[in-house]
Parts: sequence; C-alpha cells; structure tokens
Amino acid sequence: MSILVNKDTKVIVQGFTGKEGTFHAQQCMDYGTQIVGGVTPNKGGMTHLGKPVFNTVDEAVKATGATVSMIFVPPAFVADAVMEAADAGIELAVIITEGAPVRDMMYAKHYAVKKGMKTIGPNCPGIITAEECKIGIMPGNIFKKGNVGLISKSGTLTYEASNQVVKEGLGITTAVGIGGDPIIGLSYKELLPMFEADPKTEAIVMIGEIGGDLEIQAAKLIKEKITKPVIAFIAGQTAPKGKRMGHAGAIVSGSKGTAQEKMEALKAAGVYVVESPADIGATVVKALKEKA
Amino acid sequence: MNIHEYQAKEIFRKYGVPTPRGGVAFSGPEARKVAEKLGGDLWVVKAQIHAGGRGKAGGVKLAKSLDEVEKIAEEMLGMTLVTHQTGPEGKVVKKVYIEEGADIKAEYYLGMVLDRALEMPVMMASTEGGMEIEEVAAKTPEKIIKVAIDPAIGFQPFHARKLAFGLGLGKDEQKEFIKFASALYNVYMDNDAELIEINPLIKTGEGKFIALDAKMGFDDNALYRHPDIADMRDLDEEEPTEIEAKKYGLSYIKLDGNVGCMVNGAGLAMATMDIIKYEGGEPANFLDVGGGANPDTVAKGFEIILSDPNVKSIFVNIFGGIVRCDRVANGILEATKKVEVNVPVIVRLDGTNAIEAAEILRNANIKNIIPADDLKDGAKKAVAAAKGEL
Repeated sequence: MSILVNKDTKVIVQGFTGKEGTFHAQQCMDYGTQIVGGVTPNKGGMTHLGKPVFNTVDEAVKATGATVSMIFVPPAFVADAVMEAADAGIELAVIITEGAPVRDMMYAKHYAVKKGMKTIGPNCPGIITAEECKIGIMPGNIFKKGNVGLISKSGTLTYEASNQVVKEGLGITTAVGIGGDPIIGLSYKELLPMFEADPKTEAIVMIGEIGGDLEIQAAKLIKEKITKPVIAFIAGQTAPKGKRMGHAGAIVSGSKGTAQEKMEALKAAGVYVVESPADIGATVVKALKEKA
Repeated sequence: MNIHEYQAKEIFRKYGVPTPRGGVAFSGPEARKVAEKLGGDLWVVKAQIHAGGRGKAGGVKLAKSLDEVEKIAEEMLGMTLVTHQTGPEGKVVKKVYIEEGADIKAEYYLGMVLDRALEMPVMMASTEGGMEIEEVAAKTPEKIIKVAIDPAIGFQPFHARKLAFGLGLGKDEQKEFIKFASALYNVYMDNDAELIEINPLIKTGEGKFIALDAKMGFDDNALYRHPDIADMRDLDEEEPTEIEAKKYGLSYIKLDGNVGCMVNGAGLAMATMDIIKYEGGEPANFLDVGGGANPDTVAKGFEIILSDPNVKSIFVNIFGGIVRCDRVANGILEATKKVEVNVPVIVRLDGTNAIEAAEILRNANIKNIIPADDLKDGAKKAVAAAKGEL
C-alpha cells in the first residue's frame, strides 16, 4: 500500500517535450511509472518518448484516462497549466516548476481546490511510491520499499532522510516533497491523515523548515488524530531572522516561523523531534521499537 | 526585493494613494533646492535605507528653515544608521528624502501581507501608529484589526468598513479611508507586492488620510513582469558577495561563524548549518550550489566562501541524486585547481555512486581534502578543523 499514487497510476506530463520534461519523464518511465502521454500546445499529434502528445489536457485525459499530471512548464505559465489540469478533471497535479509568482499560485490553488483537484508543490521534487511509481525529479534508487512515510519541504533533505532510513534496514512507503514556497498544495495536515490511514505505513517522518506555520498546524493535528509515531526535523535552527534561506517561503518574519517555535510545538504534540539532521534514521528505529 | 520609501511613494501616487510631496537628494545643496521647490516653512529630512526604525536612530529630522534642511541633509548623508532592523553594523545613508511637513491629527498603522495559512492577502490596521507593529502584536494584539481578502472577489467596501470601525473612525472619515484602502489593495495586487507597510498613516486636521511613511517588498519571482520595479533595485542595500553569488546561480548568505558550508539544496544547506552548531561549531554561511554542483559552480562557491576571512574550514556536503557523486568528486578536484583553497575541506558525498566518489577523493591524495563517512562525521571533522584540532 501507499498514498496517492501507485503502479497503476496513469500520468501525463505538461511541458512534455521541453528539455526538463523530456529528461525527467524518461527517468520516471525507467522507474516504472505509467507515463501515458503529454501535453505541449501546438505539438499535438506528435509522438514523444513513444507516447502521444496532445494540444490540451482535456484531450489527453479523454484519450488516456490519466488522473495525475506532472507539470514542468516554465514559471510564467505554471498557473495556467495548473488551472487547465483542474478544468480537465485531473485529480492530482504534481508541480515541479521552480520560481512561480506567489500571486499566480494563489489563484491557481484556489481554483484547484474549487475543482476538487489536489496539488503538490510548486518548487518540489514530487512524489514517489517506492519501487512502484515516481512522479518527479528525485533519484529513484534512494527510495527502497518499506514502512515509513515521508513528508518534506526540501528536496535533497528528503533524499538524505530516505537514505538514513534505508541504511537502518527500513524503507519508504510513499515520500512526498511538498515544496518550500509560500503557497503550496498538499501539506502535512492533509498528508499525515493519509499516512495514518495507510495500513503499510508504520511511522511518519516529517521534514520542515523555518517560515510560515504549517508545522504548527501539523502539531495540532498530530496531537488530536495521529496515532502512528512521527519523527520530525526542522531545518534552519541557525538561520538569521529576516533572511530568505534559498526557498521563497523559508524566512523568519519578525519573531514568527522560527525553528525553535515549531520544534517546541511538535515536541508538545508527542513527536520525536531530532535536533541533528544526522539522527533521523536512528530515531525512526527507536520510535518503531517503542511503539512495539 | 525591497525598495526605498521614496520609490514606494512614487508607486502610491500612481494609484491615487495620497502621500506628502517630496524629492530625493544626494547632497546638502541638492536637499536645499528640493525644499525650496516644495515651499512652505516646515520640512522633514529622511534617510533612505532599507530598514525600519529610522526615527529612533536619528534618520528622520524636522527642519524649520532652508539652512536647517541643508545642514541636516549634510549630517545625515554618509552617516551609519543602526536600527533594530539593520543589525549592529548598521547601514550607510547614501540618499535623503525631503518632504513637506504634515498636519498630523492622528497616527495609525496600515499594512498588507500574504497570510500563508489562509492563502490570501490580509490588510491590517491599528490605532497604534508609529509603534513597531511586532511589538503591538505581542503586547496588545486586540489593537490590530485584520481582514483577509479573497482574491476572487477583491477588496470590497465591507472590508474597509470593518477596518474603519475598528479604528473608531467617524462617518465622513470612513469615506476617505475606504478610498485610501481600496487604492492600496490595487497597489499590492497589481505590482505583486509581498509586503506594504504604512507606519504611520496619518489623519490631517481636514480629515484626509496620507501615507507619511511607506515600505514595500516584492515577490522576486514576479519581477520579470514589472521591469519598472526591477529597475528600482538598489545594489548598495545588498551584500556584494550575495549579489556575486546570485550571478552564478548560487544562493549565499554570510553568517558570523568560521565553518564554511557548501551544499546542494536549500533545506540540506540549512540542515548543514544546524548540524555544525549541534556539533559545537559556528557556521560561516548558507550556500546552496543548486542541484548540479558542477566544477564551475563549486569553484565559484569556494571563491565566495573564502572571501570571508573568518573561514577556518569548509564542509562540502553534497547529496548526489541524479547528479552522481563520482562526477561531483571530480568537479571538486577540478575546482581546487581553479581556486587556491588554503583551509581544510571536509567532503561528504552520499547518494548515487558515493563509494566510487570516496575512492576518487582518496586516490587524488590532496592534503587539504578530507573525505567524511557521513553527515555526522563530516560535521564533526569540519568543526574540529576550524578549531585547529584535526
């Protein structure tokens, strides 16, 4: 079992024929993901990587039955692409694109919610169900099948966490990179209950960072509804105030959104909060032992 | 990106948000000319730096004669202002803004920002004008009135009324305030602003509202569609090393410690700073070299890190995914040929082909390059090296 995507998930790629879209679609197909086609306006009718190209998402959905779209279009066009996917009845859009304007994502997200389409990202590595389906840019070989769910705002830190879990002899059910922008799609509060409901997932790792209050919202939800052990690391304990740390959303404004505040809230909710990012794997082992 | 007060007020005027009349000056005589042109018998000389808290630090002064305008401007230009937002090193004043004096009957705070939890902009108002809004929020949160604005309906009169009643404004004043607030909403949305603060917003004796101060920040990702605003960027207000890094697609922020960090990915870069502190050291910087970590970016990274004389060791922490570690290892070796690295470099490469990468580094047998087994080992060695204990 897993959450959101599995070996049967049919995926189209928006921005299929571009350089990034092409490279990563091929990597996903090599991993086993069912990429059933792609969309590039004015290239409809072509075949790319052995799959059909469509002019619109609507056509692609009707012809292929795809339910998920992986989006690689440039930042200026990403909101349009997301809204087109929502309009065409896509169930989940995975937005890899980095650099989308916040205002655009605000409109796109509101429309997606209205249409009942889930979104992941933007500016994220994507989602992977280990050894079944990879929709994104993460290195698939790092994610071995297992019983740990993973939710993370950061790309390479997701790989780091998964690698530590795997080195401990465990593995991953599904890993979701939710992105570090100010407005993102699915976050902890939606994904934690999904992992709670997934029979295969026995522990959940969440990687957060400074800025915003998604981790605080997560702490509240964990206290009330999550029975599986949660292990958390919050990046940016040493980040200075008022400086944007790479990710658009990773900024401590005034005294709000610090790592300390998030770590305390999570600790109070019974989460295993690790101070050193090197201790994630070992703490998962410890949490599972204590649960047993 | 942030802009100066005088630039924000230029944008305000375009949208019909009232501001006092004023002009920029780069010298005392220039300031005098601006004041002369404005006329009247009372002026305000304001230091233009990208930081709040200027008033308390001596960056905002009243002048009652043209001689006084010139004298104050001359004193202010070149002065280092230290406010709670500049950090202890302060900021050098390179331009001043001369404004006509205003008839202040009451002072308020008015601001707009994205509420990340609600995923829509909020407008905030308070009767505590002139006070730090952070302080008001901490001590008397009931004095801040907030309205969230669903972009699907835009700013409506009821939003403005809620704020106006919260501020205790009378009937005639409300009309003026609604006009002001609606125009401000357009400034925010049309220009992809990230933040607007007017502190203070003043009510004049005639019951008009005027933005006496103005602070604006913008979404960097949207600047491509606002070339006029992008042109307002003032490089004097930014760290030269951060500007240089950006040119090469690197994201660099200088800190006060002595362990340099070079990492791929923003989250891992923050985590690397954290683990250095956890292991008893102090990080010298945040540096994200991006996903690629090729020889050129790595070489530039070394150059930028080493421009900080405090750096005593460097921790290279790369998690190789699609970019394989063996390639990164070769890139690091190549980079050390381009840039002279005279401090110990601890290299931790993990992920795809990590074992091959370790062998490449070992075989190269360069004295300064010390391979690490994992994240913890790397952090420990980097901290020890900075203390001269490795």
